[in-house]
Amino acid sequence: MKTSMHANVKSPASIAALVLTLIWPLAAWAHVESGQAGGFISGLSHPVSGMDHVLAMVAVGLWGAQLGAPALWLLPVAFPMMMAFGGLLGLLGAPLPGVEIGIAVSAVVLGGLILAEIRLPLVIAVVVVACFAIFHGHAHGTELEQGQNAMLYSLGFVIATGLLHGVGITIGLIHHWGVGRVILRGAGGLVMAGGLYFLWAAIA
Amino acid sequence: MNRTRILVQVALLLFATPSIAFAHLVNSGLGPFYDGALHLLLSPGDLLGLVAVALLAGLCGANAGRLTVLVLPIAWLLGGLLGFSLPGTLALPWLSVLSFVILGALVAADVKLAPQLVAALAGLYGALHGVLNGVALAAIDAGPSALSGIVLTVFTIALLTSAAVVSLRVAWSRIAVRVVGSWVVAVGILMLGWLGQGNA
Repeated sequence: MKTSMHANVKSPASIAALVLTLIWPLAAWAHVESGQAGGFISGLSHPVSGMDHVLAMVAVGLWGAQLGAPALWLLPVAFPMMMAFGGLLGLLGAPLPGVEIGIAVSAVVLGGLILAEIRLPLVIAVVVVACFAIFHGHAHGTELEQGQNAMLYSLGFVIATGLLHGVGITIGLIHHWGVGRVILRGAGGLVMAGGLYFLWAAIA
Repeated sequence: MNRTRILVQVALLLFATPSIAFAHLVNSGLGPFYDGALHLLLSPGDLLGLVAVALLAGLCGANAGRLTVLVLPIAWLLGGLLGFSLPGTLALPWLSVLSFVILGALVAADVKLAPQLVAALAGLYGALHGVLNGVALAAIDAGPSALSGIVLTVFTIALLTSAAVVSLRVAWSRIAVRVVGSWVVAVGILMLGWLGQGNA
């Protein structure tokens, strides 16, 4: 294996690729667009920078996994769209009182639903998640830093949120095992406890 | 009735309002063809709708995919050529965003459309963005080579994406496609907010 790796590194093709990379002509970038990558990274990192947001996003995935299909995929489909709607309201200057409280309550309620393994009717489950999504979007979707690209910020923000749902769904797969169901309910309890902490912080 | 007509006219005016086109190609160092290709790959506004229409075509089946792969790049090319002949700079950000919001919503809802209708939507999207690209390229004296780079990249992305979706057999993989559609819608809704704020 080691020999073959050495052979690959020293092969004419590898050396040619290395030389090509080194002599690659780069024109002067007279019109570099600024803030492009920054906008994407900023959007990508924003949802994971707030623990309250992370708890609720992961909880949506956990609850979806606990409820099973079609809620499993319907909740993560509905959430980003309603979250964006909340962001739209924020960007248009529509006030939403008690945003931080709403975010904390979302973690409390979702955590409680997982802990108690409550199976709400699908429509009500979607409405619950969609309502909380508006708070999250209003609070976090509008915090674009000066000079950054709005499209890439939005893209990063939405992708990060979706990936957090994915984390929740992946963890929630343990629901298929007896012990896993108990652990999942315990995770719901943790989410609820975290939500209560943030609720306390928001009110105090 | 009059009120509705006024609202429609205001909405049309809003969507047709031009804004400054940020027209400068990224320099790949490989000539205008690759500059055009790279331009598309680095333009998320164009890419989101392109991916959405390809996903939609894939979800609607092989026939829709085949038609879209043909119609989309041809419409993009014809739109681009038309755009070359239009004076000044042109960007229709509201219409551009709205177009990919609609396409994303169709993907998220997994709407079953006739292949001809999918191709028509692809044609409309391609023509719109082709015109916008053509006008932008003309403004910086980039010729048909750059446009052909864009069009061939459109063809490649549409072909690979729709073919990948058509071949999906496992239920959850189609759901993943729908989730991506919802992400496109979400980005579009946020963009409408940024545009309303004058920050996009």
